[in-house]
Amino acid sequence: MTSNLLTVKGLGKSFGGNRAVDDVSFNLAAGELLALIGPNGAGKSTTFNMVNGQLRADSGSIKLDGQELIGKPPRAIWRMGVGRTFQIAETFGSMTVLDNVQMALLSADRKLFSFWQRATDYRRNDALALLAQVGMVAQAERPCSVLAYGDIKRVELAIALANNPKLLLMDEPTAGMAPKERNELMALTKDLVRQRGIGVLFTEHSMDVVFAQADRIIVLARGKLIAEGLPQAIREHPKVQEVYFGSGKTFEKNTGVPA
Amino acid sequence: MFGALVEILLLRRIYRAPELFQLLATFALVLVIKDAALWLWGPEDLLGPRAPGFTGSVMILGRRFPSYDLLLIAVGPVVLLALWLLLTRTRWGTLVRAATQDREMVGALGVNQAWLFTAVFTLGATLAGLGGALQLPREPANLGLDLLTIGNAFVVVVVGGMGSIPGAYVAALLIAEINAMCVGIGTVELFGMSLAFSKLTLVAEFLVMAVVLVVRPWGLMGKPQGVSRNTGPIEEPLRPGGRNQHIATAVLLGALALLPILSTGSPYLTVLAIDLLTAALFAASLHFIMGPAGMHSFGHAAYFGLGAYAAALLVRKAGVPMELSLLISPLIAAIGAWAFGWFCVRLSGVYLAMLTLAFAQIVWSIVFQWDDVTGGSNGLTGVWPAEWLAGKQAYYYLSLVLVGGAVLMLRRVLHAPFGHAMRASRDSPMRSDAIGIDVKRIQWVAFIVAGLFAGLAGSLFAFSKGSISPDSLAVGRSVDGLVMVLLGGLQTLSGPLVGAVSFTWLQDTVARNTDYWRALLGGIVLLLVLVFPMGLAGFVKQRFARGEVAA
Repeated sequence: MTSNLLTVKGLGKSFGGNRAVDDVSFNLAAGELLALIGPNGAGKSTTFNMVNGQLRADSGSIKLDGQELIGKPPRAIWRMGVGRTFQIAETFGSMTVLDNVQMALLSADRKLFSFWQRATDYRRNDALALLAQVGMVAQAERPCSVLAYGDIKRVELAIALANNPKLLLMDEPTAGMAPKERNELMALTKDLVRQRGIGVLFTEHSMDVVFAQADRIIVLARGKLIAEGLPQAIREHPKVQEVYFGSGKTFEKNTGVPA
Repeated sequence: MFGALVEILLLRRIYRAPELFQLLATFALVLVIKDAALWLWGPEDLLGPRAPGFTGSVMILGRRFPSYDLLLIAVGPVVLLALWLLLTRTRWGTLVRAATQDREMVGALGVNQAWLFTAVFTLGATLAGLGGALQLPREPANLGLDLLTIGNAFVVVVVGGMGSIPGAYVAALLIAEINAMCVGIGTVELFGMSLAFSKLTLVAEFLVMAVVLVVRPWGLMGKPQGVSRNTGPIEEPLRPGGRNQHIATAVLLGALALLPILSTGSPYLTVLAIDLLTAALFAASLHFIMGPAGMHSFGHAAYFGLGAYAAALLVRKAGVPMELSLLISPLIAAIGAWAFGWFCVRLSGVYLAMLTLAFAQIVWSIVFQWDDVTGGSNGLTGVWPAEWLAGKQAYYYLSLVLVGGAVLMLRRVLHAPFGHAMRASRDSPMRSDAIGIDVKRIQWVAFIVAGLFAGLAGSLFAFSKGSISPDSLAVGRSVDGLVMVLLGGLQTLSGPLVGAVSFTWLQDTVARNTDYWRALLGGIVLLLVLVFPMGLAGFVKQRFARGEVAA
């Protein structure tokens, strides 16, 4: 495997007495789609928000190309080349689709404190090119507040790609979408990622998306990393099956040995 | 009973509207009731009789306490306890608490939340009435009670933390104690300076509020607020003005330029037009942070007043030429906004609004009490413009050029990357942060820009009147600004201008024609809120858009 883009070591985070993420370590290479899965409450979103800088880790380290990310705010991490999409899509509702992408370009070029030029003229063609990649050019002039949910997710992807990220974080990228749309969006993501050599870390509930698109999968349960490997290996991994389907022994265990 | 009636007739209609509109409507109602009281009971103070059985006094630790005061001391905790029990131990209380968190969900569970809110409003009104009645034997009732009490109540609730009844009680005690201490200490010599603590009473509660909010952003016992679902419809994207709009702007400016020539017969019109212009700039600067930046400022008068006083002081005390002071004073207002804004942008929602109010009140009380420099309650006089601008016409043109230029500049900024970044920060702070936008910094700069232009409006105002009084930075002016912005419509750029012009003009005409101008003004504002929930300019825009679709 090529050198690691993202290296996570011994990551930990507690809320009150609850260890939401406990000693999690994994790597991610450039051009790789790594899926982070696990049942509800496994610590997926917590892990995610720590990489993005929204939450501060209690322990461990997160390195992007050898640079430590812990302690940096999300905006600084973004400048280092980490784009993200949200579980519930976050776009600027009072702006057009094009404005949204231009906003990210303006920020990337540090033009936010410009008081005079017209924002709508700024790198218009670059913004349109980004929208073309996600198939949203036709709707470029519509307000984001009226788009269908699947389209908003596409806009989010275009925004996240605006500053040529090295790493893309996608929190439940297909949540709330129809099954057909889901695979389309992920196939699109996969294409873009291959072209640009971006690494992708994504969480996902829809297992068919995960097994169809991910290069590699890591599995969290109760804050701990329980398995890591290629999709086929994960599918057959006994611990993963236990977590997702129950082992059949769970009932016995619980009655026999009070936890 | 009166509370229930008001709720059913008025507030129910606007629960769907953004929260600020509800505030505006209740404020208008206060104006109406105030004049109703004036009409019913006349302007004299009323002194209530002592409650029977509580006329004597009791000796405690060798000092006499009126027994009525003891009763008051006891009533507070009793009401607190009753209210707390009601909210936490009864089914009704549970429903109310659920409904404050999520009205729609409670409605979906089959609870008639309309009646629930009516009941809450009635209870609140009853308790408020009880408070007023209890106070009566101690202090005379007068017409100034309303705004004073509202201010106090707001401060207490915010300091305690919204939604926390014990918090409100603690905050009320804290503020009352500090007030009493200030009176008790009197004047103290400190490091060779005489500090009059008794003078602090005017501002003590706001100082407490500012300190509490800076240290604890959600009040003493409050929790972060849930997100309200009725934020109103999301506004449309800003589009650059088309040709028609450019032509309309040019025509309007042309008409304004011709105004003094056409109205040579009535010089008053020019004076009024200058007032309208300064009001428009003030409203536009307030709209700048309220609309696109999404920060509700209840204390915008502070920057207006800072500009006005800076202009007056520069000319009167420092002997700076008028033209130069007109340039410097907005900068001084901007420095004020820079300092206050640093604290304010750390908060959000109502807490932010109340902190801006606190800062405005602190500035106001300094101006009001620093007799040597600011002239205290008398203000400063003799603040006249330079000779070549002494004529009303010349001054009108100066105002027109400055206000017109400033408004166009604000507009330009809104269309510039910075304006987009402001709206981005308002729409989705999370997304903004994830694409490298420093939300707090953007908001801070927005605050400063708004302060700068409010300061310009203030200094123009000072020179147009020739004198300046603490009124120019009192709560009343901040409220006027809010009314103008909301009246015109928060979501349109022309809104504040339309609002400022209609409000100032209304105030002027109504005040000249009747003694009960407040009631009339309140009534008109109520009517406008009910009929045009999007504001005047918003309403026109909507009609226009619909017409286009139909055509």
